[in-house]
Amino acid sequence: MTNPAIDVRSLRKSFGNQHVLDGVDLAVEAGSIFALLGPNGAGKTTLINILATLTAADSGTAIVAGHDVAEDPDGVREAVSLTGQYAAVDEVLTGEENLRMLARLSGFSAEQARARATELLTRFDLTDAAARRAKSYSGGMRRRLDIALGLVADPPVLFLDEPTTGLDARSRQALWRTIRELASAGTTILLTTQYLDEADALADRIAVLDGGRIVAEGSAAQLKARIGGELVEVRSADGVLLREIPTDGSLDSLRRVLADVAADPASVAVHVVVRKPSLDDVFLTITGAAPQSTIDAEQEVAA
Amino acid sequence: MSTATMTMTTAPRVRRPTRLVTTGVMIGRSLRHTVRNVDAMIMAIMLPTMLMLLFTFVFGGAIDGGRGGYVDYVVPGIILLCAGFGAASTAVDVADDMSNGIIDRFRTMPLRAMSVLTGHVVASLARNLLATGVVIGVALLLGFRPNADVLDWLGAIGVIAVFILAITWLYAAIGLAARSVEAANGYGFALLFLPYLSSAFVPTDTMPSWLQWIAENQPITPIIETIRGLLMGTDAGTRPLWAMGWCLVIIAAAYLWGSWLFARRARRN
Repeated sequence: MTNPAIDVRSLRKSFGNQHVLDGVDLAVEAGSIFALLGPNGAGKTTLINILATLTAADSGTAIVAGHDVAEDPDGVREAVSLTGQYAAVDEVLTGEENLRMLARLSGFSAEQARARATELLTRFDLTDAAARRAKSYSGGMRRRLDIALGLVADPPVLFLDEPTTGLDARSRQALWRTIRELASAGTTILLTTQYLDEADALADRIAVLDGGRIVAEGSAAQLKARIGGELVEVRSADGVLLREIPTDGSLDSLRRVLADVAADPASVAVHVVVRKPSLDDVFLTITGAAPQSTIDAEQEVAA
Repeated sequence: MSTATMTMTTAPRVRRPTRLVTTGVMIGRSLRHTVRNVDAMIMAIMLPTMLMLLFTFVFGGAIDGGRGGYVDYVVPGIILLCAGFGAASTAVDVADDMSNGIIDRFRTMPLRAMSVLTGHVVASLARNLLATGVVIGVALLLGFRPNADVLDWLGAIGVIAVFILAITWLYAAIGLAARSVEAANGYGFALLFLPYLSSAFVPTDTMPSWLQWIAENQPITPIIETIRGLLMGTDAGTRPLWAMGWCLVIIAAAYLWGSWLFARRARRN
């Protein structure tokens, strides 16, 4: 990556004595989709807010679209748009007025603003609701308007903070499609999500943020490979999951795990299932939010 | 979201909007908010009418001893009282904006996000000049007989406009200082008592001496006396200077306080 669209080095941010970001390094290739994955409180929103010039970092550098967020915030603002976690729409205005307002504020003439609003309303299936106040919109419509507002200026870099939270399955699929289309048209997209399937389905690269640090980074396939080849699930006779033991996929390690399970006198009447790891497993293992048994098991296998 | 409409046909290069355009857009936004807030519009028209009727027919008789003429005295006070009420909703509007994600959207755009406040202030000016017009209209129907010429009228409206700007900026800053929309509503209420402790409704020399000192030296009294002087030809003395001085000091202080609060909330520490 010779010239990344987003380049973050040793970024730190504390609120009081709480280190929200504790030395984050990140590089996002232009035109790619990059997912920041992490549990609540991992620092995802803080990182996005720093990159979008809303919050100042304590130390470290962040270059977005060639502009330093601290030195040239207006340069960054001309190149990015942020769609935050909570719909940032003007509820008193209609959908169309919202879009036209944003277009005017992005330097469009009144005429261009009208054309742009019409185009985005069509694109986001909001034409029928164009003349209605945003207050009367359903959650999904509001989110679509919110995303459309972020696209008014067609910025080269797009930040989406948990974009599909609160969307139904159909809207979520539609938004995924839009995000892919934008990326294939050259827009760089940095999104945060708590949904692993979302990161899996969309992102070219995924970074797992936990406790203010990037604890893993790579493509979905690379991250899954980190946990090993196959997972051994140990279930009780009535199907309750007792343990999940990662293996490296080799016959040797599988044999060792099975021997371990067989050696435990408590596991006389268990079912054993071998399956591929999901991103969920990666996430839970890496962030340490997994049930204790999984982590113990991993250490056992490693030992 | 169909693929067919994917191509960005109408998006030209992003440009920084001029400050004039930004301010104009924000004013348009706030005016739309004002006109669509039916409760606020009804209040802006009903309150002046009710207060004029109340002070003329209920209190007026007792105050002027049934001789009439209180309507001529009380008009400037009612104008200021209504403007105070009308401007108070600016605190709520600003607090509402700050608690909504829309302000973050403006902040991540290459524009001066504080123009949001300018929009609210100008909308408040328009709303309260309308309320002032209602007060004067009702007052004329009730027998208000000012002896002002065109210049006096223009001067009086100018003083009222400057007062509205001052109190609105103060309410805008209060809206920024408040942690919630409800708090903004509550804090603003205290200011509304100031007109009662002034020469708005009764001459200050009818008050106990300690209160007289407060009433004479607070900003409302010189503003009231300046308007009264312009409309009724009473002698305002040096009060016009005090009135303008107070208003400019309040505007400057509220603007600086507001800018500081706005920047501080932007940093989110």
